[in-house]
Amino acid sequence: MDDLLDQYDLVLQAFWLTIQLSVLSGLCSLVFGTLLAALRVGPISVLRAAGTTYVALVRNTPLLLVFVFVFIAAPNLGWFVGTPFLVKGVIAMSVYTSAFVCEAVRSGVNAVSVGQAEAARAIGLTFTQTMGSVVLPQAFRAVVPPLASVLIAMTKNTSIAAVFGLMELTGRMRYFTNNSADDTVIFLVFAAFYIVLVELISAGAIGLERRWRAAR
Amino acid sequence: MGHIQKVRAAAVALALAGALAACGDAGDDGDEGSDVEVQENAADEFDDGTRMKELADAGSVTIGVKFDQPGIGFKGATDDAPVGFDPEIGKILAADLGIAPEDITWKETISDNREPFLQNGTVDLVIASYSITDERRQVVGQAGPYYVTGQQLLVGTDSDIDSLDDVKGTEVCSVTGSTSLENIEAEGAKPRGFDTYSECVDQVLNGTVDAMTTDGAILLGYAAENPDQLKVVVEPFSEERYGVGYSIDAPEMCEWITETIEDAQDDGAWATAFEATLGQSGVETPDPPAMDECPAA
Repeated sequence: MDDLLDQYDLVLQAFWLTIQLSVLSGLCSLVFGTLLAALRVGPISVLRAAGTTYVALVRNTPLLLVFVFVFIAAPNLGWFVGTPFLVKGVIAMSVYTSAFVCEAVRSGVNAVSVGQAEAARAIGLTFTQTMGSVVLPQAFRAVVPPLASVLIAMTKNTSIAAVFGLMELTGRMRYFTNNSADDTVIFLVFAAFYIVLVELISAGAIGLERRWRAAR
Repeated sequence: MGHIQKVRAAAVALALAGALAACGDAGDDGDEGSDVEVQENAADEFDDGTRMKELADAGSVTIGVKFDQPGIGFKGATDDAPVGFDPEIGKILAADLGIAPEDITWKETISDNREPFLQNGTVDLVIASYSITDERRQVVGQAGPYYVTGQQLLVGTDSDIDSLDDVKGTEVCSVTGSTSLENIEAEGAKPRGFDTYSECVDQVLNGTVDAMTTDGAILLGYAAENPDQLKVVVEPFSEERYGVGYSIDAPEMCEWITETIEDAQDDGAWATAFEATLGQSGVETPDPPAMDECPAA
């Protein structure tokens, strides 16, 4: 515990790196995942197939392998050699998490019954108006709980970066446990940081659910 | 079965036998340097109630070593037993208990699990490039040092880094959670932790990081593998004193480990072990280090 207090700046730097990894990867995954979902529910069959292939390929690959590819295999082929480690971490996390975001968003769109869209068209709304005012608001509401789960899993997944050159929470924890006798205290302290992050995501999700609750 | 087929079958059988024999030979080559003299009736040497007596009576011992450090402790995917200086020390200790090399159970330990493995009895001894530190001596026993090395840097042959001041602001790779990574961070380098040393070597070879750091002995092994691309630079800037880890519940082991290794240093077994392993990278066999005194039991 004394080690942690003496070197609290190192602990906080690691926490900050985990936050950066989580927030940047989260944003990239949400954007890219939603685009993928649009491809998969869209009318153009080539794009649909492309989206389906991406999800099948990436979702069935362990995250560790994605990291190995980005951090070890790609540089050996001459790619990403000068890329900052944080950017590589965000790329690996986002490539993986997007597939899960895509499926969560797609399930939300599918949850809105076809009748809603048909009714919107019947009263003369354009496609954009139909999507923007009728389908997507309902879809987003349905998507909040599964998306929160995806983002929570992603936040904890960032710990894999510890063995790929990024001194985030888990990497820093191993720095402290290497020399220390009271490993348990160190584990608990670092676990608490993850719990804080995950609780923030949960609280955000609950807030959104409340705000978008349907008046029935 | 026609004549031709018979000849063919015989040829295949012969080839197969040859291949098997070749495998056997290869295995024997790997075990060189293991010509330790196994003590007979070793159990009589030890007092009742000591851990050494228990092990000698059982006729088997479990030793934790590294599997991923060429020269120190390395086991390829198809090898039966690890090779390196640490396993050689293990064989010397086991021989004193009357345990032959083939009766030793080798258990892979990584830097993080050496203390837990000793504490919960998964292994009897840890000989795994295990630097002696005061922090560690609070939770486990460490006898030694049986070898002293120091942290150095492995860089590309075209690198500008040739003194420790040059590492400030550069990216330096080592194993996550290792003391080496900690030391280089203190020198102002950006620490890049990976899972294994071989991944770090890759990062240096493909130019992602500027250097790799750990104990010089390990780096020399990698430089020897890629002499055209890699070189070891800077004078050792830390002193790593490798010790043999034992359970803190068996303090009597310290005297035994210390005396056995001192004997090996005197009768040349230590030097033989060094030449067969770390010495392969071209370094001269150093004088064996003086062993620490054991804490009063």
